Order: sequence, then structure tokens, then C-alpha cells
Amino acid sequence: MRDQENIGSAVTGVSRRGFMLGTAGLTFAVSVGGWMTARSAEVAAASGRMEATAWVTVGVDNSITIMQPAAEMGQGVMTSLPMIVAEELDADWSKVSVAFAPPNHKVYGNPGFGGFLVTVASRSTTGYWDTLRMAGAQARRVLLDAVAHKWDVPVAELTTGPSVVMHRKSGRKISYGEIARFASPPKELPKLTEADLKKPSEFRIIGQDIPRVDIPAKVNGSASFGMDVQVPGMLYASILRAPAEGNAPAKVDDAGALKVNGVRQVVKLPYGVAVLGDTVEATRTGRDALEVGWSAAKDAVFNSEKAVADYVAKARDVSQKGVAFHAEGDAPAANAAAARRVVREYFADYTYHAQMEPMNATAWVKDDVVEVWAGSQTQSFSALAAAKAAGVKPGQVRFHMQYLGGGFGRRAQVEYVVDAVLLSKAVGKPVKVIWSREDDVQFGKLRPMTAHRIEAGLDADGRLVGWHHRVVGESVLAYTSPDRLKKAKGKDTLTMAGAEVGYGIPNSLAEHIVDGGAARLAAWRAIGAGYTKFAIEAFIDDLAREVGKDAIALRLELLEKLPRARKVIEEVVAMSDYRRKRDGTALGFAYAEVVHSYAAAVAEVSVDRGTGKIRVHNFWNAVDPGIAVQPQNIVAQAESNIVYGLGQCLKERITLDGGVIQQSNFHDYEVMRMADVPEIHTKVISTDNRPTGIGEFALPLTGGAVSNAVMALTGKRLSHMPFTPERVQVALKA
Amino acid sequence: MVAFTINGKRATADADPSTPLLWVVREHLKLTGTKYGCGAGLCGACTVHIDGKAARACQTALEQVEGKAVTTIEGLSPDSSHPLQKAWVAEQVPQCGYCQSGQIMKAAELLAANGNPSRADIVSHMNGNICRCGTYNRIVAAIQRASKEG
Ligand code: FES
Ligand code: FES
Repeated sequence: MRDQENIGSAVTGVSRRGFMLGTAGLTFAVSVGGWMTARSAEVAAASGRMEATAWVTVGVDNSITIMQPAAEMGQGVMTSLPMIVAEELDADWSKVSVAFAPPNHKVYGNPGFGGFLVTVASRSTTGYWDTLRMAGAQARRVLLDAVAHKWDVPVAELTTGPSVVMHRKSGRKISYGEIARFASPPKELPKLTEADLKKPSEFRIIGQDIPRVDIPAKVNGSASFGMDVQVPGMLYASILRAPAEGNAPAKVDDAGALKVNGVRQVVKLPYGVAVLGDTVEATRTGRDALEVGWSAAKDAVFNSEKAVADYVAKARDVSQKGVAFHAEGDAPAANAAAARRVVREYFADYTYHAQMEPMNATAWVKDDVVEVWAGSQTQSFSALAAAKAAGVKPGQVRFHMQYLGGGFGRRAQVEYVVDAVLLSKAVGKPVKVIWSREDDVQFGKLRPMTAHRIEAGLDADGRLVGWHHRVVGESVLAYTSPDRLKKAKGKDTLTMAGAEVGYGIPNSLAEHIVDGGAARLAAWRAIGAGYTKFAIEAFIDDLAREVGKDAIALRLELLEKLPRARKVIEEVVAMSDYRRKRDGTALGFAYAEVVHSYAAAVAEVSVDRGTGKIRVHNFWNAVDPGIAVQPQNIVAQAESNIVYGLGQCLKERITLDGGVIQQSNFHDYEVMRMADVPEIHTKVISTDNRPTGIGEFALPLTGGAVSNAVMALTGKRLSHMPFTPERVQVALKA
Repeated sequence: MVAFTINGKRATADADPSTPLLWVVREHLKLTGTKYGCGAGLCGACTVHIDGKAARACQTALEQVEGKAVTTIEGLSPDSSHPLQKAWVAEQVPQCGYCQSGQIMKAAELLAANGNPSRADIVSHMNGNICRCGTYNRIVAAIQRASKEG
């Protein structure tokens, strides 16, 4: 059985036994402030480790184990978050091991996300920043206090170096490991303030290109993903799900399925029919042999291609008011009074996450406890959903976090956990549910299709006085978390993300016309910013053309009060040698502030006029993410963002008919492949500001940069993502 | 009962001969480094070697490996010491990591045949392997590094 301890050992090189010793008998009895009850020195001595705090355990062999609360899905938090703790602990990084934190949100919850264990929206580093610095500093102080007591010197005379405490006056030194032999955790955490923390100039771990701790296990097959969990005695399950949302199985003929060698049982679920058996292949063959009649709960007639015209009409019909997502001044009035108005329309299709690992989970509903093994972006909501499905209290759920074979927002949804729990409950055995890729596409949770209409008002001198951006599309929050939508008074922070224009325009309105669809929805990497920033950046370029200004100069002028924004723009202009004319290719620019990181990009493209195929040759980007915790990882994330972003602007497209997704696998949902990828050039500009999101900052730049580049090359505006060859051909002929 | 060798050890599998090798390797033999991505020959996540040639385990029936030598990522080297594995770490290639066993196995086939592949050689050899995290440029860099540092 692979479980969370195993992951810790696979990743960090701590032997399983060593790790188990350290955690055996460890109870996170938490009082105020996230402190555990003090353990006696004997226990520490017996285990060879001393828990300085809930976040940090110091071994007598000088090893340090740091708890890591976020989901690792490739974004590198498993390294960057412990680096923050290690910095303030003044640890020797070479002695640090990392373990997934137990799913105790009271201790390990993300202050940037309501205190829950959720890894979304690039909020881990920024959300945990203060908590982790303080956790490291407090653990350091626990060690210092122990030494001060032992040596009978004032704590103020002690300093630390990498994993050692020093007393300069007497020249004495003692390693953290030696301290762990005699120290015991105090009853109360030391009270520290901001002033006790390091200044950025004192950092020696943060800002370094520390190799990622999860990578060694990812080159030899030993990293354990949800898909790799095996529990003795478990059954496999394949589920035939209702084709359209809200349908249920009415008539089930399982005779054929039950005849398949290795099939044990067929279980009816509220939303499908599951075949359970001894092997994956048996359950799949069995599933294909099911005959199921579905009851339609609601009429599923939605056709996404037919809906395009309808969406566009609604975007145009300004008499139909939407939800004001972001409003400053009075944009409609300013535009009405403007000397001149410019209007443009844009569109973006549905997209699917296509994370490499299809959905899966393993669960074991026992008498008093429910065990769940899964790669999830949220330990908290997985445990809550599992408890509800099993009919137990959340405290009875043991969630074993696995690596995620991609998340991108999809694994913040947890219906695959519910599958496994319901089935284990039904059969009384551990059950591993594996979705096929076809299931994963067909029952994907999409980024909504959206129509955009932007109207800008200009005064007599050509200055921007009003900005009105209407977005037509479904509400993601209404689907995923209606409570959150209610609390936000209908403002959908997912669908509308990035729609705040951010160019210092005195009157601006971003309006959400909630409409359409019968689609299942979810946050998708960079959420709304993938399309809202595309529309905004394409529009700014069009506007510059209308008023006869240079598109970069116009942006710099509008961003006059934001030196960090201007800096990334100037940087990327220099990197790309933007003013130099190319032969057969052209450049396009885009800027965006995403999850408080400032970023700008330039794409270099060519277009095959015969086939309509766009080729992106180079992609430059510059980002100011505040303090760059691990610069090399930010570069890697930029690459990942850009490739993912180019996918949505060149290829990726889901269509629905009768409410049913029409694509099924990578042949008809095409993603970027190696041959499609440009050279990527990234500049990370570290500034002494709180670290901000890096998991999705560059994605919103892709649509605008590519569309603007094609405009520069051909004089034609691509306004409908993805820019498929057919659409490019149509635009070229227009 | 189909008999073959896997990572140098003799193995038999008591599964239907038409069973995809993928499930035999992962779930019967518990070598879970080989991944399921699409089950349709479209992504390369399941790439293994059969008698030294890269093959998609999801598209290979168990009976096709009768008497053959199958190598999975676990058998590429005993201790992550294959030049590609070292280069993968040096270039910090993996992100989520899910596609990487398949990428490395596919790249190992290339390096065995071509000690000094150009970027174009690499792209044409590797283009069938999807990486949704977009690590492609690092994969190219790692293969080139391995070919030099071998
Ligand atoms: S799983 Fe075999 S090619 Fe995708
Ligand atoms: S590293 Fe995530 S799919 Fe390649």
C-alpha cells in the first residue's frame, strides 16, 4: 500500500521506518495558535526526533522535516513552501526533508483561502507567506531558548547559522540535531513579531534555485499518484455515467456485465452505474456490456455552436443589464457623453483541462473510519465530500494525499472521491475508481464559453474616458459553489476573473450577463483571465490603431502610476527587440496583472496563408512576482503557462450538442505537442514585495499576444479563440 | 498464461491474452511507473520497451509479449543513473511528473540509436508524447545534455 508516509520517504529519502518512528504516537492535539501538546523529552529521545513546532521536526541526526500543506501538481510548492520555513528557521537546506502535512486545516489551512486546505488560484505561496515565515521563526526560537537555558546565557546573545546555534562571546556552537537531544517543546509558542523575521537582504534560501524535492521520484517511476494506489483486497470500478447532467439510470440490464470473467458486482449510483471487479480490464469490458436506460431530469438541448450567435446578440443588447463585477465611476454615462466610441467583439470557446492523469480515487469505508487516497487540490473539501457520501463525521475521514498528475483547477472538484466512497460503502471493500480518458473528457468540467463586447469612450483629445466590457457566459461559481456566489452578491470571481481592466481608466464597468449552457464547469487554469485578458489586450491594440498611437506607448501612458507594470513592459520590449522589423514574422504584445503578479509578453508568429496554420516561433515574457522565492521554478511555471495558454488560443475547443460533450480523447481535443512549442524566454524580476501567484500569470498573455502578432503580420484581427486554421483562413479572406 | 521477462526478471501473467500490457504491468505486476493517459495510443504516457524498442503498453496485447523482454521505467537503471534520468534532474524537467516515465522511455530509444540527436531529430521522435504541463523545451534540453554527458 502506498500512502502519505510513503510519499514522504520517496520524496525525501527519509526511510519509511524513520519517518514512521517520528510520527508514531504523534498526536496533533492543537490548542490556540496551532501548538501541539508538549511531548516529554523521553518520547523525543526514543523517537530520535523533537517536534519543535507542528511545522518542524528536528532529528538528533540533524535532519529536519518540514510539513508541506499544499497539493503538489507540478507547480513546485512542495519545495517553495518549505523553503520559506527553512529560511526563518535558519536551517541547513541539505538536511531538510519534506512531508505532506496531515489534513488538519486548523493547523495547516491556507489563510489565503478561508483557512481551508485548498490549492487553487495560485494562492499557496502568497497565502501561506506570513504563516510559514512565522512557523520557521518560532521553531528557531524554540531551539534558541533551549540553548539559552542550557548554557545559562541570555537568548539575545545567541545567533544561528545553517542548522547551528552560536554563542559568539564564548565561541560555543551547537547543532540543531544536538539540541534535539535535550530540548522539549514549550507549552506555548514563543511570541514573535514581524521585527523578529529576516529582512529580504538576509535571505539565503529564498531566492535561490533550489532543486525541487519531488523531481528525483518523478524520473524513476516511484512517485505515487492517485492512480498508483493499491490497497490489499480492493476491487476496481468503472462507471457508466449519465450522458447529460442531471440524468439518472432508470432501467439497468446488467446480465451481460455480470457474465464477464472477473466482474463481481454491479452497483447503481444516483448518476450512473458502476461495474466492480478484480481487474481494470474486467470492469471495463463489463461496463461496455451494460444496457442502461436513462431518465432525463431536464431537457438537454444546448448546442454550443448554435449558441454562438445568441451569445453575441446578448453581448450587443446593452439594454439587458448584467451583474456588475467591477465598476468605477459611471462607464455607460461616460461613453454616452464621449466624443467618440470604439466597439469590438471577441469570443472564446469551451475548454477542457486535459490534465495528464484521468480522474481516480481509492476509498475504504470501514466501521468507524473512512480512508481516502487521491490526488486532490483540496484535502478539506475531499474529506467533507467523503464524509457526506459515507454518512460519517468529517473527523472520521483519513485523507491520504498523493501527487497530482496535473490539477489546473480540475482537481479542486471532488466527484471522483465521492464515486469511490459510495462504491466502497456499497460493497464493504476498498474500491479504486478509474475514469477512462473518454470519461474524463466527456464528464470534464469546462471553462465556460464566453462572448465579449468592449466599448470604449474617448474624449476630444483621444483620451480614454470610459470602458464598458460585457461578458456573456455561464457562472462557474453558480455551478461549483453557489454559497460563495451568494456571499459575493452574485459576483463571479471565476468566470469574470481578469475583467477589471486595470489601466487606470476613470469610468469602467465589467458586466457579467449570466447565460447559456448546460455544461459542467470548473475553475480552469487562470480562470476567466485566459479570455478576459485576451479581449482586453486585443482591444487596446485596436484602440491604439484607431487613435493613431503606438500600442506600447499607449499602455505605458495608461499605466503611469504603476512602476512595476511599466518595468515588465519595458523589459519585455527590450528582450524581444520589439522595434526590429522581421522578415515573414511579426510580433504581438500583451500585458496583464494576474493574481497580483505583473507580467508582459511578446509573441513572434508566422502564418501559413495556404493552410491558415499559425506558428509561434518565440515567446518572451517578463514577470514581477514580488519576492521570487525560487526563480528557476518561476521560469518553469512561465513555460508551462505559455504552452497551456497557446493550447487554448491555437487548438483547444470543446463543443456541446444536446448538452453532451462531443469530444472524447486527444485526437479530437488537441493539445500542444513538442513540435508546436516556441522558444520561450523568461525574465523574472524579483522585487521586495510579498510574493504573488506564479502558477498562471503568463497564460492570460497568450491570446492577446498571438492575436496582436497576427494583426501586425496580416492586418486581420483574430477575435475568436481558438484561432484554428479554418478561422484564420476565414479571417484572411475577410 | 503468458510468459515474458520484465526488467530482467521472468514473469507470467494470468490474464486474458488480449489484455492491454498496460494493466498487466501496472495493476497485476504493480510496476506503477508506467502510466495510463489515454488508452488509445495518443499520448505516450504508457511507453515501455519491448526487446529494446519503444512501444505503447496500452496498444500492446499481453499475448504480443510472449517470450519477449519488457523494460519499464523501473528497469531503465537500478538507481536513477541512466544518463537521461540524470539529465532530467539536472534540467529540472518534470512538473506534475505524470508523463515523464513515458517521455524518458521514448527518449531512451532515441539515444540508443542516435548518440547526437539534433533538435529536429528530437522533435520528430518525441512528438507523440504529450506533456500537458508543457515541459517540452526542457525535455529537448535534457536529451541533448544526456547525449553529451552520456
Ligand atoms: S496511454 Fe498509451 S498512448 Fe496514451
Ligand atoms: S510533467 Fe505533467 S504532464 Fe508532463
